[in-house]
Amino acid sequence: MDEKDLELLRILEENSRLSADEIAIMTNLSKADVENRVHALEAAQVIKRYSTVINWERAGNGEVSAILELKVSPERDYGYDRIAERLSRFRQVKTLRLMTGTYDLQLVVTGKNMQEVSRFVSENVAPMDRIRETTTHIIMKSYKENGHTLFEQQEAERLPYSF
Amino acid sequence: MRNFVSERAQSIPPSGIRKFFDLALTMENVISLGVGEPDFRTPWNICESSIYSIEQGTTSYTSNKGLPSLRDALSRYLGQHYNLPYTSSDEIIITSGVSEGLDIAIRSVIDPGDEVAIAQPSYVSYAPCVTLSGGKPVPVRCTEKDRFKLSPEALLEQITPKTKALIINFPNNPTGAIMNGNDLKAIADIVIDKDILLISDEVYAELTYESTHVSAATVSDLWERTITLNGFSKAYAMTGWRVGYLCAPKELCDAALKIHQYIMLCAPVMGQVGALEALRSAEEDKNSMVNEYRLRRNMFVAGLNRIGLSCHVPEGAFYAFPSVKETGLSDVEFAERLLKEHKVAVVPGSVFGVGGEDHLRCAYAVSRKDLSEALGRMETFISGL
Repeated sequence: MDEKDLELLRILEENSRLSADEIAIMTNLSKADVENRVHALEAAQVIKRYSTVINWERAGNGEVSAILELKVSPERDYGYDRIAERLSRFRQVKTLRLMTGTYDLQLVVTGKNMQEVSRFVSENVAPMDRIRETTTHIIMKSYKENGHTLFEQQEAERLPYSF
Repeated sequence: MRNFVSERAQSIPPSGIRKFFDLALTMENVISLGVGEPDFRTPWNICESSIYSIEQGTTSYTSNKGLPSLRDALSRYLGQHYNLPYTSSDEIIITSGVSEGLDIAIRSVIDPGDEVAIAQPSYVSYAPCVTLSGGKPVPVRCTEKDRFKLSPEALLEQITPKTKALIINFPNNPTGAIMNGNDLKAIADIVIDKDILLISDEVYAELTYESTHVSAATVSDLWERTITLNGFSKAYAMTGWRVGYLCAPKELCDAALKIHQYIMLCAPVMGQVGALEALRSAEEDKNSMVNEYRLRRNMFVAGLNRIGLSCHVPEGAFYAFPSVKETGLSDVEFAERLLKEHKVAVVPGSVFGVGGEDHLRCAYAVSRKDLSEALGRMETFISGL
Protein backbone atom coordinates (compact mmCIF):
# COMPACT_ATOMS: atom_id res chain seq x y z
CA MET A 1 0.00 0.00 0.00
CA ASP A 2 1.70 3.18 -1.15
CA GLU A 3 0.78 6.80 -1.91
CA LYS A 4 -0.46 5.84 -5.39
CA ASP A 5 -2.77 3.18 -3.97
CA LEU A 6 -4.24 5.72 -1.58
CA GLU A 7 -4.75 8.10 -4.47
CA LEU A 8 -6.57 5.40 -6.45
CA LEU A 9 -8.80 4.70 -3.46
CA ARG A 10 -9.71 8.36 -3.08
CA ILE A 11 -10.53 8.62 -6.77
CA LEU A 12 -12.64 5.44 -6.75
CA GLU A 13 -14.44 6.37 -3.56
CA GLU A 14 -15.58 9.56 -5.26
CA ASN A 15 -16.51 7.93 -8.57
CA SER A 16 -16.06 4.21 -9.08
CA ARG A 17 -17.31 4.33 -12.67
CA LEU A 18 -14.15 5.89 -14.08
CA SER A 19 -12.37 3.62 -16.52
CA ALA A 20 -8.82 2.40 -15.96
CA ASP A 21 -7.83 4.55 -18.94
CA GLU A 22 -9.24 7.71 -17.43
CA ILE A 23 -7.64 7.02 -14.07
CA ALA A 24 -4.31 6.22 -15.70
CA ILE A 25 -4.22 9.60 -17.45
CA MET A 26 -5.15 11.50 -14.31
CA THR A 27 -2.57 9.80 -12.12
CA ASN A 28 0.30 9.42 -14.58
CA LEU A 29 0.23 5.65 -14.17
CA SER A 30 0.02 3.15 -17.01
CA LYS A 31 -3.34 1.52 -17.63
CA ALA A 32 -1.89 -1.88 -16.72
CA ASP A 33 -0.51 -0.49 -13.48
CA VAL A 34 -3.92 0.94 -12.54
CA GLU A 35 -5.63 -2.38 -13.29
CA ASN A 36 -3.08 -4.38 -11.33
CA ARG A 37 -3.28 -2.12 -8.34
CA VAL A 38 -7.08 -2.14 -8.33
CA HIS A 39 -7.13 -5.94 -8.61
CA ALA A 40 -4.69 -6.21 -5.71
CA LEU A 41 -6.81 -3.85 -3.61
CA GLU A 42 -9.89 -5.92 -4.44
CA ALA A 43 -8.11 -9.17 -3.60
CA ALA A 44 -6.96 -7.75 -0.28
CA GLN A 45 -10.57 -6.72 0.43
CA VAL A 46 -9.46 -3.10 0.82
CA ILE A 47 -12.00 -2.42 -1.90
CA LYS A 48 -15.07 -4.28 -0.63
CA ARG A 49 -17.45 -3.49 -3.47
CA TYR A 50 -18.62 -0.78 -5.85
CA SER A 51 -21.93 0.80 -5.04
CA THR A 52 -24.03 3.88 -5.75
CA VAL A 53 -25.08 6.75 -3.52
CA ILE A 54 -28.84 7.03 -4.01
CA ASN A 55 -31.19 9.66 -2.76
CA TRP A 56 -34.02 7.24 -1.90
CA GLU A 57 -36.26 10.01 -0.80
CA ARG A 58 -36.12 11.46 -4.29
CA ALA A 59 -36.57 8.00 -5.79
CA GLY A 60 -39.88 8.05 -3.93
CA ASN A 61 -39.92 4.45 -2.71
CA GLY A 62 -41.12 5.57 0.72
CA GLU A 63 -38.67 3.40 2.64
CA VAL A 64 -38.30 4.08 6.33
CA SER A 65 -34.97 4.01 8.12
CA ALA A 66 -34.26 3.99 11.82
CA ILE A 67 -31.28 4.05 14.10
CA LEU A 68 -31.36 1.42 16.83
CA GLU A 69 -29.34 1.72 19.97
CA LEU A 70 -28.83 -1.56 21.80
CA LYS A 71 -27.53 -2.26 25.25
CA VAL A 72 -26.01 -5.71 25.15
CA SER A 73 -24.49 -8.04 27.74
CA PRO A 74 -21.18 -9.18 26.31
CA GLU A 75 -20.30 -12.88 26.25
CA ARG A 76 -17.31 -14.40 27.94
CA ASP A 77 -14.54 -15.04 25.35
CA TYR A 78 -16.47 -13.38 22.55
CA GLY A 79 -17.41 -9.92 23.83
CA TYR A 80 -19.87 -8.37 21.41
CA ASP A 81 -18.67 -10.16 18.30
CA ARG A 82 -21.07 -13.08 18.15
CA ILE A 83 -24.22 -11.11 18.80
CA ALA A 84 -23.08 -8.39 16.39
CA GLU A 85 -22.40 -10.96 13.69
CA ARG A 86 -25.81 -12.55 14.20
CA LEU A 87 -27.53 -9.19 13.95
CA SER A 88 -25.64 -8.28 10.79
CA ARG A 89 -27.09 -11.25 8.97
CA PHE A 90 -30.52 -9.65 8.85
CA ARG A 91 -31.24 -8.09 5.47
CA GLN A 92 -32.85 -5.11 7.23
CA VAL A 93 -29.62 -4.13 8.99
CA LYS A 94 -27.68 -1.78 6.73
CA THR A 95 -25.02 -0.64 9.18
CA LEU A 96 -23.85 -2.00 12.51
CA ARG A 97 -21.22 -0.54 14.81
CA LEU A 98 -19.91 -1.06 18.34
CA MET A 99 -19.89 2.26 20.16
CA THR A 100 -18.44 3.84 23.24
CA GLY A 101 -20.88 5.71 25.48
CA THR A 102 -24.29 4.96 26.92
CA TYR A 103 -25.14 2.03 24.67
CA ASP A 104 -23.18 -0.66 22.88
CA LEU A 105 -24.39 -1.43 19.38
CA GLN A 106 -25.74 1.02 16.86
CA LEU A 107 -27.74 -0.27 13.90
CA VAL A 108 -29.19 1.45 10.88
CA VAL A 109 -32.20 -0.57 9.75
CA THR A 110 -34.59 -0.02 6.87
CA GLY A 111 -38.01 -1.31 6.00
CA LYS A 112 -40.80 -0.68 3.51
CA ASN A 113 -42.80 1.23 6.11
CA MET A 114 -43.00 2.03 9.79
CA GLN A 115 -44.85 -1.23 10.57
CA GLU A 116 -42.14 -3.32 9.01
CA VAL A 117 -39.41 -1.54 10.97
CA SER A 118 -41.24 -1.80 14.27
CA ARG A 119 -42.06 -5.45 13.66
CA PHE A 120 -38.44 -6.14 12.92
CA VAL A 121 -37.33 -4.43 16.12
CA SER A 122 -39.92 -5.96 18.39
CA GLU A 123 -40.01 -9.46 16.91
CA ASN A 124 -36.45 -10.03 15.71
CA VAL A 125 -34.07 -7.80 17.61
CA ALA A 126 -35.49 -7.09 21.04
CA PRO A 127 -36.17 -10.72 22.02
CA MET A 128 -32.64 -11.89 21.23
CA ASP A 129 -30.62 -13.20 24.14
CA ARG A 130 -28.23 -10.73 25.73
CA ILE A 131 -30.02 -7.66 24.40
CA ARG A 132 -31.02 -5.76 27.48
CA GLU A 133 -32.52 -2.62 26.06
CA THR A 134 -33.41 -1.11 22.68
CA THR A 135 -34.07 2.48 21.69
CA THR A 136 -35.37 3.23 18.21
CA HIS A 137 -35.03 6.57 16.45
CA ILE A 138 -36.88 7.01 13.17
CA ILE A 139 -34.88 8.99 10.60
CA MET A 140 -37.02 11.89 9.42
CA LYS A 141 -34.82 13.29 6.68
CA SER A 142 -31.28 12.77 5.40
CA TYR A 143 -29.19 15.81 4.58
CA LYS A 144 -25.86 14.16 3.95
CA GLU A 145 -24.83 10.54 3.36
CA ASN A 146 -21.25 9.31 3.14
CA GLY A 147 -19.86 12.73 2.34
CA HIS A 148 -22.50 13.59 -0.25
CA THR A 149 -25.04 16.32 0.50
CA LEU A 150 -28.58 15.40 -0.49
CA PHE A 151 -30.22 18.83 -0.42
CA GLU A 152 -30.43 21.27 -3.31
CA GLN A 153 -27.64 23.80 -3.39
CA GLN A 154 -27.84 26.89 -5.48
CA GLU A 155 -25.23 27.06 -8.22
CA ALA A 156 -22.75 29.73 -7.24
CA GLU A 157 -22.70 32.45 -9.87
CA ARG A 158 -19.40 32.81 -11.61
CA LEU A 159 -18.53 35.33 -14.28
CA PRO A 160 -17.96 33.71 -17.68
CA TYR A 161 -14.55 35.38 -17.84
CA SER A 162 -12.22 36.64 -15.15
CA PHE A 163 -8.49 37.07 -15.01
CA MET B 1 -17.35 70.66 -21.98
CA ARG B 2 -13.78 69.61 -21.37
CA ASN B 3 -12.81 65.98 -21.42
CA PHE B 4 -12.49 65.32 -17.72
CA VAL B 5 -10.87 61.93 -18.06
CA SER B 6 -7.22 62.09 -17.08
CA GLU B 7 -4.55 61.33 -19.62
CA ARG B 8 -3.40 58.46 -17.45
CA ALA B 9 -6.86 56.92 -17.38
CA GLN B 10 -7.16 57.47 -21.12
CA SER B 11 -3.86 55.73 -21.71
CA ILE B 12 -5.19 52.48 -20.22
CA PRO B 13 -6.43 50.30 -23.12
CA PRO B 14 -9.93 48.80 -22.83
CA SER B 15 -10.25 45.17 -21.72
CA GLY B 16 -9.22 42.70 -24.39
CA ILE B 17 -12.17 40.41 -23.81
CA ARG B 18 -15.06 42.83 -23.35
CA LYS B 19 -16.80 41.63 -26.51
CA PHE B 20 -16.38 37.98 -25.51
CA PHE B 21 -17.78 38.74 -22.12
CA ASP B 22 -20.86 40.48 -23.50
CA LEU B 23 -21.42 37.71 -26.02
CA ALA B 24 -21.08 34.91 -23.45
CA LEU B 25 -23.65 36.55 -21.20
CA THR B 26 -26.27 36.33 -23.97
CA MET B 27 -25.64 32.62 -24.59
CA GLU B 28 -26.88 29.55 -22.80
CA ASN B 29 -25.15 26.28 -22.06
CA VAL B 30 -21.70 27.83 -22.29
CA ILE B 31 -18.86 25.88 -20.67
CA SER B 32 -16.49 28.47 -19.39
CA LEU B 33 -12.78 27.73 -19.16
CA GLY B 34 -12.33 31.48 -19.02
CA VAL B 35 -12.46 31.99 -15.30
CA GLY B 36 -9.51 32.82 -13.09
CA GLU B 37 -10.99 31.43 -9.90
CA PRO B 38 -11.61 28.08 -8.20
CA ASP B 39 -14.93 26.34 -8.83
CA PHE B 40 -14.99 25.13 -5.23
CA ARG B 41 -16.94 26.88 -2.53
CA THR B 42 -14.98 28.32 0.36
CA PRO B 43 -14.46 25.53 2.95
CA TRP B 44 -17.33 25.75 5.40
CA ASN B 45 -15.23 26.11 8.56
CA ILE B 46 -13.95 29.39 7.13
CA CYS B 47 -17.46 30.63 6.33
CA GLU B 48 -18.73 29.55 9.73
CA SER B 49 -16.06 31.43 11.65
CA SER B 50 -16.71 34.58 9.66
CA ILE B 51 -20.48 34.33 10.18
CA TYR B 52 -19.96 33.78 13.90
CA SER B 53 -17.69 36.79 14.15
CA ILE B 54 -20.35 38.96 12.52
CA GLU B 55 -22.88 37.65 15.02
CA GLN B 56 -20.46 38.59 17.78
CA GLY B 57 -20.33 42.14 16.44
CA THR B 58 -16.88 42.04 14.87
CA THR B 59 -17.76 44.63 12.26
CA SER B 60 -15.32 47.50 12.87
CA TYR B 61 -12.17 48.74 11.20
CA THR B 62 -9.05 46.80 12.04
CA SER B 63 -5.61 48.31 12.38
CA ASN B 64 -4.33 49.53 9.00
CA LYS B 65 -1.93 46.64 8.77
CA GLY B 66 -4.66 44.13 9.53
CA LEU B 67 -5.66 42.01 12.54
CA PRO B 68 -2.58 41.28 14.67
CA SER B 69 -3.74 37.68 15.14
CA LEU B 70 -3.88 37.20 11.37
CA ARG B 71 -0.46 38.77 10.84
CA ASP B 72 1.01 36.58 13.59
CA ALA B 73 -0.47 33.46 12.05
CA LEU B 74 0.74 34.50 8.61
CA SER B 75 4.22 35.25 9.83
CA ARG B 76 4.43 31.73 11.29
CA TYR B 77 2.87 30.17 8.21
CA LEU B 78 5.26 31.89 5.79
CA GLY B 79 8.21 30.91 7.94
CA GLN B 80 7.19 27.28 8.15
CA HIS B 81 6.04 26.79 4.56
CA TYR B 82 8.32 29.03 2.55
CA ASN B 83 11.17 29.87 4.87
CA LEU B 84 10.21 33.56 4.66
CA PRO B 85 11.23 35.55 7.76
CA TYR B 86 8.68 38.39 7.74
CA THR B 87 7.85 39.79 11.19
CA SER B 88 4.17 40.28 11.94
CA SER B 89 4.63 43.73 13.47
CA ASP B 90 6.55 45.53 10.72
CA GLU B 91 6.73 43.53 7.54
CA ILE B 92 3.23 42.34 6.65
CA ILE B 93 0.19 44.34 5.48
CA ILE B 94 -3.15 42.62 4.95
CA THR B 95 -4.59 44.00 1.68
CA SER B 96 -7.91 43.83 -0.14
CA GLY B 97 -6.79 41.03 -2.38
CA VAL B 98 -3.48 40.81 -4.18
CA SER B 99 -4.85 43.42 -6.60
CA GLU B 100 -4.56 46.10 -3.95
CA GLY B 101 -1.20 44.76 -2.78
CA LEU B 102 0.09 45.08 -6.33
CA ASP B 103 -1.18 48.63 -6.67
CA ILE B 104 0.35 49.91 -3.42
CA ALA B 105 3.59 48.03 -4.06
CA ILE B 106 4.01 49.73 -7.42
CA ARG B 107 2.89 53.13 -6.20
CA SER B 108 5.27 53.05 -3.28
CA VAL B 109 8.34 52.49 -5.45
CA ILE B 110 7.65 53.89 -8.93
CA ASP B 111 8.16 57.51 -9.98
CA PRO B 112 7.25 59.04 -13.34
CA GLY B 113 9.79 57.95 -15.93
CA ASP B 114 10.82 54.76 -14.14
CA GLU B 115 10.78 51.63 -16.23
CA VAL B 116 9.29 48.43 -14.87
CA ALA B 117 10.17 45.13 -16.51
CA ILE B 118 7.24 42.69 -16.55
CA ALA B 119 7.70 39.00 -17.31
CA GLN B 120 4.98 38.21 -19.85
CA PRO B 121 2.58 36.59 -20.62
CA SER B 122 1.23 37.94 -17.36
CA TYR B 123 -1.80 38.80 -15.36
CA VAL B 124 -3.50 41.76 -17.00
CA SER B 125 -3.22 44.40 -14.29
CA TYR B 126 0.56 44.73 -13.96
CA ALA B 127 1.13 47.04 -16.92
CA PRO B 128 -1.88 49.34 -16.25
CA CYS B 129 -0.86 49.71 -12.58
CA VAL B 130 2.63 50.76 -13.69
CA THR B 131 1.13 53.23 -16.16
CA LEU B 132 -1.12 54.69 -13.46
CA SER B 133 1.99 55.36 -11.37
CA GLY B 134 3.53 57.26 -14.27
CA GLY B 135 5.98 54.46 -14.91
CA LYS B 136 6.69 52.74 -18.20
CA PRO B 137 5.86 49.03 -18.42
CA VAL B 138 8.48 47.07 -20.37
CA PRO B 139 7.43 43.54 -21.30
CA VAL B 140 9.98 40.73 -21.10
CA ARG B 141 9.05 37.81 -23.30
CA CYS B 142 8.83 34.33 -21.83
CA THR B 143 8.67 31.69 -24.53
CA GLU B 144 7.23 28.26 -25.01
CA LYS B 145 10.73 27.00 -25.74
CA ASP B 146 11.65 27.84 -22.11
CA ARG B 147 8.33 26.39 -20.90
CA PHE B 148 7.39 30.03 -20.22
CA LYS B 149 9.99 30.53 -17.50
CA LEU B 150 11.69 33.93 -17.38
CA SER B 151 15.10 33.57 -19.01
CA PRO B 152 18.04 35.69 -17.82
CA GLU B 153 18.92 36.56 -21.44
CA ALA B 154 15.45 37.92 -22.20
CA LEU B 155 15.51 39.93 -19.00
CA LEU B 156 18.95 41.43 -19.64
CA GLU B 157 17.84 42.59 -23.09
CA GLN B 158 15.12 44.79 -21.62
CA ILE B 159 17.04 46.32 -18.74
CA THR B 160 18.12 49.94 -19.13
CA PRO B 161 19.54 52.46 -16.65
CA LYS B 162 15.94 53.55 -16.04
CA THR B 163 14.77 50.12 -14.92
CA LYS B 164 13.60 50.38 -11.33
CA ALA B 165 11.71 47.15 -10.79
CA LEU B 166 10.86 43.73 -12.17
CA ILE B 167 7.45 42.12 -11.72
CA ILE B 168 7.20 38.34 -11.86
CA ASN B 169 4.36 35.91 -11.18
CA PHE B 170 5.22 32.25 -10.70
CA PRO B 171 3.36 29.90 -10.68
CA ASN B 172 2.14 31.91 -13.61
CA ASN B 173 -1.23 33.08 -14.76
CA PRO B 174 -1.81 32.38 -17.72
CA THR B 175 0.89 29.81 -18.56
CA GLY B 176 1.08 27.66 -15.42
CA ALA B 177 4.90 27.95 -15.53
CA ILE B 178 6.92 27.81 -12.33
CA MET B 179 10.46 28.91 -11.44
CA ASN B 180 12.57 26.58 -9.33
CA GLY B 181 15.46 27.67 -7.10
CA ASN B 182 18.02 27.57 -9.89
CA ASP B 183 15.78 29.46 -12.31
CA LEU B 184 15.33 32.18 -9.70
CA LYS B 185 19.03 32.26 -8.84
CA ALA B 186 19.87 33.28 -12.41
CA ILE B 187 17.32 36.08 -12.25
CA ALA B 188 18.50 37.13 -8.78
CA ASP B 189 22.05 37.65 -10.07
CA ILE B 190 20.79 40.16 -12.62
CA VAL B 191 18.36 41.89 -10.28
CA ILE B 192 21.09 42.39 -7.67
CA ASP B 193 23.76 43.34 -10.19
CA LYS B 194 21.50 45.96 -11.82
CA ASP B 195 20.25 47.12 -8.42
CA ILE B 196 16.56 46.78 -9.15
CA LEU B 197 13.60 45.88 -6.98
CA LEU B 198 11.66 42.65 -7.37
CA ILE B 199 7.89 42.46 -7.02
CA SER B 200 6.92 38.79 -6.81
CA ASP B 201 3.24 37.90 -7.07
CA GLU B 202 3.01 34.40 -5.61
CA VAL B 203 -0.75 34.03 -5.31
CA TYR B 204 -0.60 30.57 -6.93
CA ALA B 205 2.24 29.36 -4.66
CA GLU B 206 0.12 26.67 -3.01
CA LEU B 207 -0.89 25.33 -6.41
CA THR B 208 2.48 23.83 -7.28
CA TYR B 209 2.11 20.20 -8.23
CA GLU B 210 5.33 18.25 -8.65
CA SER B 211 7.60 20.30 -6.44
CA THR B 212 7.59 22.73 -3.54
CA HIS B 213 7.16 26.39 -4.35
CA VAL B 214 10.32 28.46 -3.93
CA SER B 215 9.58 31.98 -2.77
CA ALA B 216 11.75 34.54 -4.61
CA ALA B 217 12.70 36.45 -1.45
CA THR B 218 14.48 33.36 -0.10
CA VAL B 219 16.86 33.16 -3.08
CA SER B 220 20.38 34.66 -2.85
CA ASP B 221 20.20 38.12 -1.25
CA LEU B 222 16.89 39.04 -2.81
CA TRP B 223 15.05 39.44 0.49
CA GLU B 224 16.09 43.06 1.09
CA ARG B 225 14.92 44.08 -2.38
CA THR B 226 11.77 42.01 -2.77
CA ILE B 227 8.12 42.75 -2.21
CA THR B 228 6.23 39.47 -1.89
CA LEU B 229 2.54 39.48 -2.74
CA ASN B 230 0.18 36.67 -1.92
CA GLY B 231 -3.39 36.03 -0.87
CA PHE B 232 -6.10 33.57 0.09
CA SER B 233 -8.19 33.66 -3.10
CA LYS B 234 -6.78 30.77 -5.07
CA ALA B 235 -5.54 28.28 -2.49
CA TYR B 236 -8.61 28.48 -0.24
CA ALA B 237 -11.26 29.28 -2.87
CA MET B 238 -11.83 32.71 -1.33
CA THR B 239 -11.81 35.05 -4.34
CA GLY B 240 -14.84 37.07 -3.26
CA TRP B 241 -13.48 37.64 0.25
CA ARG B 242 -10.79 40.00 -1.01
CA VAL B 243 -7.94 39.14 1.32
CA GLY B 244 -4.33 39.32 0.26
CA TYR B 245 -1.08 40.39 1.84
CA LEU B 246 2.03 42.35 1.06
CA CYS B 247 5.31 41.41 2.70
CA ALA B 248 8.49 43.44 2.50
CA PRO B 249 11.36 44.69 4.64
CA LYS B 250 10.26 47.44 7.03
CA GLU B 251 11.19 50.53 4.98
CA LEU B 252 9.33 49.27 1.92
CA CYS B 253 6.42 48.06 4.02
CA ASP B 254 6.14 51.45 5.73
CA ALA B 255 5.95 53.20 2.36
CA ALA B 256 3.24 50.85 1.12
CA LEU B 257 1.35 51.29 4.39
CA LYS B 258 1.15 55.07 3.81
CA ILE B 259 -0.76 54.46 0.60
CA HIS B 260 -2.83 51.58 1.98
CA GLN B 261 -4.05 53.63 4.96
CA TYR B 262 -5.42 56.37 2.70
CA ILE B 263 -6.91 54.34 -0.13
CA MET B 264 -8.21 51.28 1.76
CA LEU B 265 -7.83 51.96 5.49
CA CYS B 266 -7.95 48.24 6.08
CA ALA B 267 -9.06 45.03 4.41
CA PRO B 268 -12.64 43.97 5.29
CA VAL B 269 -12.67 42.52 8.79
CA MET B 270 -14.99 39.60 7.90
CA GLY B 271 -12.52 38.55 5.25
CA GLN B 272 -9.62 38.81 7.67
CA VAL B 273 -11.41 36.63 10.22
CA GLY B 274 -12.08 34.05 7.50
CA ALA B 275 -8.44 34.17 6.41
CA LEU B 276 -7.29 33.51 9.97
CA GLU B 277 -9.53 30.47 10.11
CA ALA B 278 -8.15 29.32 6.76
CA LEU B 279 -4.65 29.26 8.23
CA ARG B 280 -5.86 27.57 11.40
CA SER B 281 -7.98 24.79 10.04
CA ALA B 282 -8.26 24.57 6.27
CA GLU B 283 -5.00 22.85 5.41
CA GLU B 284 -6.77 19.60 4.51
CA ASP B 285 -9.44 21.33 2.46
CA LYS B 286 -6.72 23.13 0.58
CA ASN B 287 -4.76 19.95 -0.03
CA SER B 288 -7.77 18.11 -1.37
CA MET B 289 -8.58 20.97 -3.76
CA VAL B 290 -4.97 21.10 -4.96
CA ASN B 291 -5.05 17.35 -5.46
CA GLU B 292 -8.21 17.59 -7.52
CA TYR B 293 -6.69 20.34 -9.72
CA ARG B 294 -3.72 18.07 -10.37
CA LEU B 295 -5.95 15.20 -11.50
CA ARG B 296 -7.92 17.55 -13.75
CA ARG B 297 -4.74 19.02 -15.17
CA ASN B 298 -3.41 15.60 -16.14
CA MET B 299 -6.69 14.69 -17.74
CA PHE B 300 -7.21 18.00 -19.53
CA VAL B 301 -3.67 18.50 -20.85
CA ALA B 302 -3.59 14.93 -22.16
CA GLY B 303 -6.92 15.66 -23.86
CA LEU B 304 -5.64 18.88 -25.46
CA ASN B 305 -2.62 17.13 -26.91
CA ARG B 306 -4.82 14.30 -28.14
CA ILE B 307 -7.13 16.63 -30.08
CA GLY B 308 -4.20 18.42 -31.69
CA LEU B 309 -3.60 21.48 -29.49
CA SER B 310 -0.04 21.07 -28.32
CA CYS B 311 0.35 21.96 -24.68
CA HIS B 312 3.22 21.71 -22.19
CA VAL B 313 2.36 20.31 -18.78
CA PRO B 314 1.87 23.33 -16.53
CA GLU B 315 3.55 22.72 -13.18
CA GLY B 316 1.49 25.23 -11.22
CA ALA B 317 -1.68 27.38 -11.04
CA PHE B 318 -4.84 26.02 -12.71
CA TYR B 319 -4.33 27.06 -16.30
CA ALA B 320 -3.39 25.13 -19.42
CA PHE B 321 -1.85 27.24 -22.18
CA PRO B 322 -2.11 25.31 -25.46
CA SER B 323 -0.89 26.57 -28.81
CA VAL B 324 -3.34 27.06 -31.69
CA LYS B 325 -0.64 27.58 -34.29
CA GLU B 326 -1.32 24.25 -36.02
CA THR B 327 -4.95 25.22 -36.65
CA GLY B 328 -4.03 28.22 -38.80
CA LEU B 329 -6.26 30.49 -36.73
CA SER B 330 -5.08 33.31 -34.52
CA ASP B 331 -5.77 32.96 -30.81
CA VAL B 332 -8.48 35.63 -30.99
CA GLU B 333 -10.21 34.04 -33.99
CA PHE B 334 -10.01 30.62 -32.39
CA ALA B 335 -11.47 31.82 -29.10
CA GLU B 336 -14.22 33.81 -30.80
CA ARG B 337 -15.34 31.00 -33.10
CA LEU B 338 -15.08 28.40 -30.34
CA LEU B 339 -17.43 30.48 -28.23
CA LYS B 340 -19.87 31.34 -31.02
CA GLU B 341 -19.97 27.95 -32.72
CA HIS B 342 -19.38 25.51 -29.87
CA LYS B 343 -20.10 27.45 -26.70
CA VAL B 344 -16.78 26.98 -24.98
CA ALA B 345 -15.25 30.11 -23.44
CA VAL B 346 -11.45 30.41 -23.35
CA VAL B 347 -9.26 33.50 -23.18
CA PRO B 348 -7.00 34.38 -26.15
CA GLY B 349 -3.37 34.36 -25.00
CA SER B 350 -2.53 37.70 -26.60
CA VAL B 351 -4.64 39.39 -23.91
CA PHE B 352 -1.81 38.55 -21.51
CA GLY B 353 0.84 40.49 -23.41
CA VAL B 354 3.89 39.48 -25.43
CA GLY B 355 4.50 35.76 -25.70
CA GLY B 356 0.81 34.99 -25.34
CA GLU B 357 -0.10 35.21 -29.02
CA ASP B 358 -1.17 31.96 -30.71
CA HIS B 359 -2.10 30.45 -27.37
CA LEU B 360 -5.25 30.05 -25.30
CA ARG B 361 -5.68 30.25 -21.58
CA CYS B 362 -7.94 27.44 -20.46
CA ALA B 363 -8.72 27.34 -16.76
CA TYR B 364 -9.21 23.78 -15.55
CA ALA B 365 -10.84 24.94 -12.33
CA VAL B 366 -14.09 23.37 -13.55
CA SER B 367 -15.56 19.93 -12.93
CA ARG B 368 -14.07 16.91 -14.71
CA LYS B 369 -17.42 16.38 -16.41
CA ASP B 370 -17.36 19.89 -17.89
CA LEU B 371 -13.71 19.51 -18.85
CA SER B 372 -14.39 16.40 -20.87
CA GLU B 373 -17.48 17.98 -22.46
CA ALA B 374 -15.37 21.05 -23.37
CA LEU B 375 -12.67 18.81 -24.86
CA GLY B 376 -15.30 17.07 -26.96
CA ARG B 377 -16.62 20.38 -28.28
CA MET B 378 -13.11 21.63 -29.02
CA GLU B 379 -12.33 18.44 -30.89
CA THR B 380 -15.46 18.83 -33.02
CA PHE B 381 -14.47 22.43 -33.75
CA ILE B 382 -10.89 21.58 -34.73
CA SER B 383 -11.85 18.64 -36.92
CA GLY B 384 -14.26 20.90 -38.82
CA LEU B 385 -11.58 23.47 -39.66
